[in-house]
Amino acid sequence: MRIVFKTNYMQDIRPWKDAYQLCLYLILLAVVAAAPWWLDDFYLGELTNVLIWAIAGLGLMILTGHTGQVSLGHAAFLAFGCYANVILLEAGVPFLIAFPLAGILTGLAGVTVAIPALRLHGIYLAIFTMALSILMDDVIVLAEPITGGVAGKYLGGVEIFGFLVDRWGTPVQFFWLVLGVAMLVTLGYINLLRAPLGRSFIAVRDSEVSAQAMGVDIARTKMISFALSCAVCGWAGALMGMYSGAFNNETFSVLISIQLLMMIVIGGLGSIHGAFLGAIVIGFLPQFLSISKEYVGAVFGGNTVAIPGLEFGIFGMILIAFILFEPMGLYGRWLKIRTWFELFPFYRKDMFKRQKSYLKTERLR
Amino acid sequence: MDNAQLLISGLANGCVYGLIALGFVLIYKAAEAVNFAQGDFMMLGAFVTIGLTNTEYMGLPFWMALPISLGIMGALGYLLDRLIIRRLFGESQTAVVILTIALGFVIRFAAGLIWGHEPQTLQNPLAGKEVRFGGLVLGMEDVAVIVVTILLTWGLYVFFSRTKLGLAMQGASQNQLAAYYMGIPVKRVQGFIWALAGVVAGIAGILFAAKGSVDPTTGLLGIKAFAAAVIGGFGSLPGALAGGLIVGVIEPFASRYIAAGYSQIAPYALLLAVLIFRPNGLFSQVRVKKV
Repeated sequence: MRIVFKTNYMQDIRPWKDAYQLCLYLILLAVVAAAPWWLDDFYLGELTNVLIWAIAGLGLMILTGHTGQVSLGHAAFLAFGCYANVILLEAGVPFLIAFPLAGILTGLAGVTVAIPALRLHGIYLAIFTMALSILMDDVIVLAEPITGGVAGKYLGGVEIFGFLVDRWGTPVQFFWLVLGVAMLVTLGYINLLRAPLGRSFIAVRDSEVSAQAMGVDIARTKMISFALSCAVCGWAGALMGMYSGAFNNETFSVLISIQLLMMIVIGGLGSIHGAFLGAIVIGFLPQFLSISKEYVGAVFGGNTVAIPGLEFGIFGMILIAFILFEPMGLYGRWLKIRTWFELFPFYRKDMFKRQKSYLKTERLR
Repeated sequence: MDNAQLLISGLANGCVYGLIALGFVLIYKAAEAVNFAQGDFMMLGAFVTIGLTNTEYMGLPFWMALPISLGIMGALGYLLDRLIIRRLFGESQTAVVILTIALGFVIRFAAGLIWGHEPQTLQNPLAGKEVRFGGLVLGMEDVAVIVVTILLTWGLYVFFSRTKLGLAMQGASQNQLAAYYMGIPVKRVQGFIWALAGVVAGIAGILFAAKGSVDPTTGLLGIKAFAAAVIGGFGSLPGALAGGLIVGVIEPFASRYIAAGYSQIAPYALLLAVLIFRPNGLFSQVRVKKV
């Protein structure tokens, strides 16, 4: 078992625990950054997709995982970021300005939404954001002069410092762009969590009443959480637009919102790792299903016809299994396995037991 | 006269929304959880009845298939609680929300696998009959929907406010610990309410399938029923019906009088407006939040 011996208070708020952990993550980063040399173009594209989903997951994780506000409508912000990016690019703004600006604009949109949403709790907020996501579809169609409506918009490559970055033409450059954004967002997230703001997010999630008693301004905290979450999702949306190349009002449907929420639940709510692990599941599930279908067809000689809705059906079953047996998601399971090894033979069954509470209503009649 | 016709068809649609919303409210009232799969439950109820009644499947007589399919739906609701939801006892509401969304996906997938993805209609004795009422032409199914919904809402309302079991359910949701102290078997009560919600979903499904066609994605109608439940204030049974009627009536009028493209927004815009200005619904039950 590894014991970190602390000799300085700064060690408590350092982003990494010790040199060993830092090394581990640097190696991981190096391996992923070198992916173009050990993956072919197809799987590199898939990996890029996973990273984009992970960025979107990080965005939602700020709001749902760390501030405790369940949103079923983040596809609306993905769409906002995507369209903002494209419209700015079409207006002749260089990518290096348009891309950050798209995220900032999405964050501002998030604040506008947050103002009425601040009064809503739990399921009401979920329903509110879900309605928002459904409305976004219609809004994109209605705003046809700007958004291209049902016909949608197209986005080719962009130029950064003279290099062409294009999903199809130069997938390697595009992968590095996405990896860079993912890394910056993750670093920002880690820093957020060790700053007072991130701590107050967690305080609001765990108990609004106690957070208020500790002097946390709940409305302000939730608003900032919305803004940051939406800004990150805006960037993810902009990257998604560049990844798919063509998109219209149906690209960012309410199903994407639901998928995003389910993704971070599978990965593990309230952890940065969770967003990445969930994105891996989402990204590779379709590939895995088609490969296993071929395998089943080859072994049993059965038909390999496409079963509509199979992906979502399997996805739903995985999710139910996770909520029943591992509410803390993949990352929670990993923590348990790691603790088991670290503490061997002293791991006990109830070490990660969650506290249960009796429900009480807010309705009084 | 035209408007009256629109109003009637809107009311009939609204009753279906109201019935789904009733399912939401039932579970919310007794278990303080929200079943996001209620719309898919309705779709399942419709398909179970179609599977029992329609000639290309089992071909049972309609009135015999009716109680059987309602029984199946009740049993499914109970099993769902017994096998899955009960394990989440004491966890946050969010867990149940996410679980039921996932369940909706699974139900949609299963229904597509069993009954296919083609839209189907329920063969029923009311089909094709009409009622003429002072120049208005009403389909017999529409009349049946309206009558059944009103009776059901009234019955459930009386059940909740008068009977011992109904009061026990309200108690079980308002304060679980106190309900235990009073000797209410909270978990069994919750099992019962999920079964009841299954039956209500079955009724909604049968009425919906008699009125029009169903396919596995019909369950997404549940989103509109959310609007109904929220407008009525989650937790109020007559409110759910009223909310359903409002949404149902707004739809045909919006598509007639508002430019195309804007009309389908109407129910959701209303939902957002209600949530913004009256976050607890028009028939609110929340007074002041206490610590």
